[in-house]
Amino acid sequence: MKKVFALMLAVVMVMALAVPAFADDTITIGVFEPLTGDNGPGGKQETLGMQYANQETPTVEIDGTTYNVELKVADNESSTDKAVSAATELVASGASIVLGSYGSSVAIAGSDTFGEAGIPVIGVTCTNPQVTVGNDHYFRICFTDPGQGAIHAQFAKNTLGASKVYCLGELGNDYDQGLLNYFQETADELGLEVQKEDFPNGTSDFTAYLTNAKNFGAEVIFAPCSIPYGQLIIQQASSQGLDVVITGPDTWDSNMIMDSVVATGMDVYCTTFYGEGGAPEFEEGFKAWLNSDDTALANNGGNDMIAAVSVMGYDAYYTALEAIKAAGSADPADILAALPGVTYTGATGSIAFGENGDAVRSTAFIKHANAETGEWEAELTELG
Amino acid sequence: MAAFFQANLPYLLSGISVGGQYALIAIGYTMVYGILRLINFAHGDVFMVAGLVMVYASASMPIYLSIPLVIVVTVALGFLIERVAYKPLRTAPRMSVMISAIGVSYLLQNCALYFTGGLPQMYPAIPWFSNSVTIGSATTKIVTLVTPVLVLALIVILELFIQKTKIGMAMRAVSRDFETSQLMGIKINSVISMTFVIGCFLAAIGSLLYFTNYPSVVPTSGAMPGLKAFVAAVFGGIGSIPGAVIGAFIIGICENIIKGLGSNWTVFSDAFTFVLLIVILLVKPTGIFGEKATDKV
Amino acid sequence: MEKTLRKDPAKKIGSAIAVCLIAALYIFLFLLDNVLPANSFTLMLIPVLKKGAIYSLICVSMNLLNGFTGLFSLGQAGFMLLGAYAYAVFAIPAEQHPAVYQYFDGGAIGFSIPEALGKLLGENAGAFVGSILCIIIAGIVAAAFAALIGIPVLRLKSDYLAIATLGFAEIIRAVFQWNSLGPVTNGSNMLRKYTSFSAIKIGSVKLATVFPFLIAMICIGIIVLLINSSYGRAFKAVRDDEVAAEAMGISLFKHKMLSFVISSFFAGVGGALLAMYQTTIQASAFKSAMTYEILLIVVIGGIGSISGSCIASFLYIACNEWWLRFLDSGSFFGISVPFFRDGFRKVVFSVIIMVIVLFFSRGIMGDKELSFAGLVRKFQKKSAAGTAKGGAQK
Repeated sequence: MKKVFALMLAVVMVMALAVPAFADDTITIGVFEPLTGDNGPGGKQETLGMQYANQETPTVEIDGTTYNVELKVADNESSTDKAVSAATELVASGASIVLGSYGSSVAIAGSDTFGEAGIPVIGVTCTNPQVTVGNDHYFRICFTDPGQGAIHAQFAKNTLGASKVYCLGELGNDYDQGLLNYFQETADELGLEVQKEDFPNGTSDFTAYLTNAKNFGAEVIFAPCSIPYGQLIIQQASSQGLDVVITGPDTWDSNMIMDSVVATGMDVYCTTFYGEGGAPEFEEGFKAWLNSDDTALANNGGNDMIAAVSVMGYDAYYTALEAIKAAGSADPADILAALPGVTYTGATGSIAFGENGDAVRSTAFIKHANAETGEWEAELTELG
Repeated sequence: MAAFFQANLPYLLSGISVGGQYALIAIGYTMVYGILRLINFAHGDVFMVAGLVMVYASASMPIYLSIPLVIVVTVALGFLIERVAYKPLRTAPRMSVMISAIGVSYLLQNCALYFTGGLPQMYPAIPWFSNSVTIGSATTKIVTLVTPVLVLALIVILELFIQKTKIGMAMRAVSRDFETSQLMGIKINSVISMTFVIGCFLAAIGSLLYFTNYPSVVPTSGAMPGLKAFVAAVFGGIGSIPGAVIGAFIIGICENIIKGLGSNWTVFSDAFTFVLLIVILLVKPTGIFGEKATDKV
Repeated sequence: MEKTLRKDPAKKIGSAIAVCLIAALYIFLFLLDNVLPANSFTLMLIPVLKKGAIYSLICVSMNLLNGFTGLFSLGQAGFMLLGAYAYAVFAIPAEQHPAVYQYFDGGAIGFSIPEALGKLLGENAGAFVGSILCIIIAGIVAAAFAALIGIPVLRLKSDYLAIATLGFAEIIRAVFQWNSLGPVTNGSNMLRKYTSFSAIKIGSVKLATVFPFLIAMICIGIIVLLINSSYGRAFKAVRDDEVAAEAMGISLFKHKMLSFVISSFFAGVGGALLAMYQTTIQASAFKSAMTYEILLIVVIGGIGSISGSCIASFLYIACNEWWLRFLDSGSFFGISVPFFRDGFRKVVFSVIIMVIVLFFSRGIMGDKELSFAGLVRKFQKKSAAGTAKGGAQK
């Protein structure tokens, strides 16, 4: 039996060695995304944007030579303890540049691995400031949490005219807690009354929290949490007959949240990176691509509604290509050196890197989920 | 007093309803433990699979057909798990059987992950059940009110079954003394299968109630209710059906009261369940209704 | 010397082989850190080796409790969490505090042990000694907590003990996420920027992979010595029959407590090493699923076998995080396979686990140890075609 076991192991090892064999005319772009776990749905949608961009423009030209661009996806399982080996897998596959990750915690956890290998990373939708602070190799094309938290507080106060806001975030999730913190800061300045509570991981019964919100007299519930929790909060608020507006973070810009809104008729807003109709040509192409590919359609949650993270993934891919062109080589070190100067105008607007490698962005969108039409209605806001 | 009741009725209602759902899962744990001395870690995941089957079934057939289908599939799954994963290990050390249960739990979760792609699945609305209703200060779904009634009815039936029927008697005998009852000619395997069938039947009913209330199914949906129900079973004295039910209601209600206490306490809503458990175990090491452990020398 | 040699030559040859292999392993690790070129193979090998070594220690510590003392405890993730946090809190450089504790005004602790020692001994030596010191603190914190909860909890029997320890692990997790303790634990947010493996070096010689192996091996060595001592025999007696053990004058509570505290100490050390490996830690990762994972590895390796736990750790980590990854990629040797998509790896992996559990329920090693002396004897037996000495060797 031991011999069989040893033989099996040997075979597996040989296979592991044989898999990453690439031709010289290929440039690999690593995709560091959660495909499973709590953030799996969002990670998949972000990856879809990159895959679409990749099949739209599968080559890049450097000094007159055309290189094929290949995407190498590594699943970090939404988990910080699997992030290191997933990141290493990308390093081992010879990635020139890496895109991702959806979810700031895993982005931070994988960061050092890329840093030590000298591979530049473009964060697509990881909004926590800690992703780029002190990490020279980490860039980002989205706005950050301090801005996002402030927008939500201003939106609640100025647009919705609320005076009491109930905040609900997942315990132990620094994305939720960070946003809540920045929200609170601005809310204090604006004189909003805030009650903040946390729910433990794996909660599905939100009735007690929503009753707390009701007893507090909240006019707005701000719940910066992941999509599955968002769905549950919306559905339970509806079945409890709560008359409130629910606002969510950028993660909520998803057809899965829209499904819940349509089913319940709740009043839901969320921040987003991309306003509907901002790039009609992209939307048309992307939808056609989704509908032609069953797996892609399933990964998008079964319909062809476009998530902002997909658009961001699309732009991130082109930004990476720009960086490769600007560097004039596929060497990570050259790309890293060239990245701060890279600019690109994509579907989500113009992208340039400023302080800490964060994107210079002055606008964000707030979207309203229209329960009757099942469409998002976007509204542009200045970042505070 | 009235104002207090007015403000806290929703917590109580949801506590009772959650307690009822935990109770249905907890019975599965406690019966299996009573007979096999096995913590069936896969039970919570069977519950989750029942939810997923409902999602897929209701997409292609009407609700009145998919509900029986869910029950049949869940029961079959429970039967299959016992035959494939536990029966071959009947003579193995207890730890191995438990590991097998953990393995099955992994397998079910990962299969669910593979088939759903990790995307949360919307549970279908069951007509009438999912409608909202207002009682005093609380608005809730009808299912919340139906749950405790249904749970109590099921438990009465189950108790009658165990006390009055022949197979129920066999179950009691096996849980008292495994070897002797085998010698007495009781068909151990059919008794054990029956236990799993009953446990899974109740889990399927539980999943119908639970997911109608919280209509989003993800591969880890079963983990937390499973753990809570297990705690409830231990709390009430594992092996005892009334114990499991009372434990489940106490835990469900306490958990919701804690959540209602305010922001510094909501953090501990899960932890509190365990604090309660540990306190009970220290005072009465075999749970509220547990039999005294007898050491054989 | 002469006498033992004549008595059991196999033992001597066996230990010589073991020493050589260990030396070769360390030379290899050293080369891996410093000399060997970074290609796709070595790059993946390094994290797998590091994590494998760390998990070996954690699994052996769990095996000490579950396999050798017969105490069924499921609190390992909680003790690892304590260790990881104790390590990280004391190893974050002061200048990084404002960035790490960004929501808690730079936190309550204004110093870091590696940094303080760095000022005394020089940067590299400071990081080395400081991280070892922090690791020991991590172990002590976990052990102290174990001693505290051991007093009530160890009175419980089998499954009740399991669920009580599981409960404590969940309580610890909630406490560490509590915002009121934020100035120390950083609440729900991750701790980072502390001394990690890559900071461990002598001069310009990197020891990033050697270090976890060294610590894990020393700790496992101590556990092996303990198991072979009179305490170890008492632990086994308690496991096999509590009543008989007590009748023989073994204090049940004292030995259970000793085993529980020691196991927790090493789980804490393991947690600290895991924190170093991950470079960031967050309480939410230390769920009960982590304990189950460790228990699974212990059983795959064989309950009551130290070497089994070690072998199983490396295999488990390598399969989970490396060898089976191709199953997710959608193609196999360039051939596109439609059912190879995200999550398929995990399905295959859990099927493998089920097969092992069902058909090799005693695990890889059962309760035996991998012994080179035994292998040598086997080899001698074969070549000598079964000479007279056979009986004495079992």
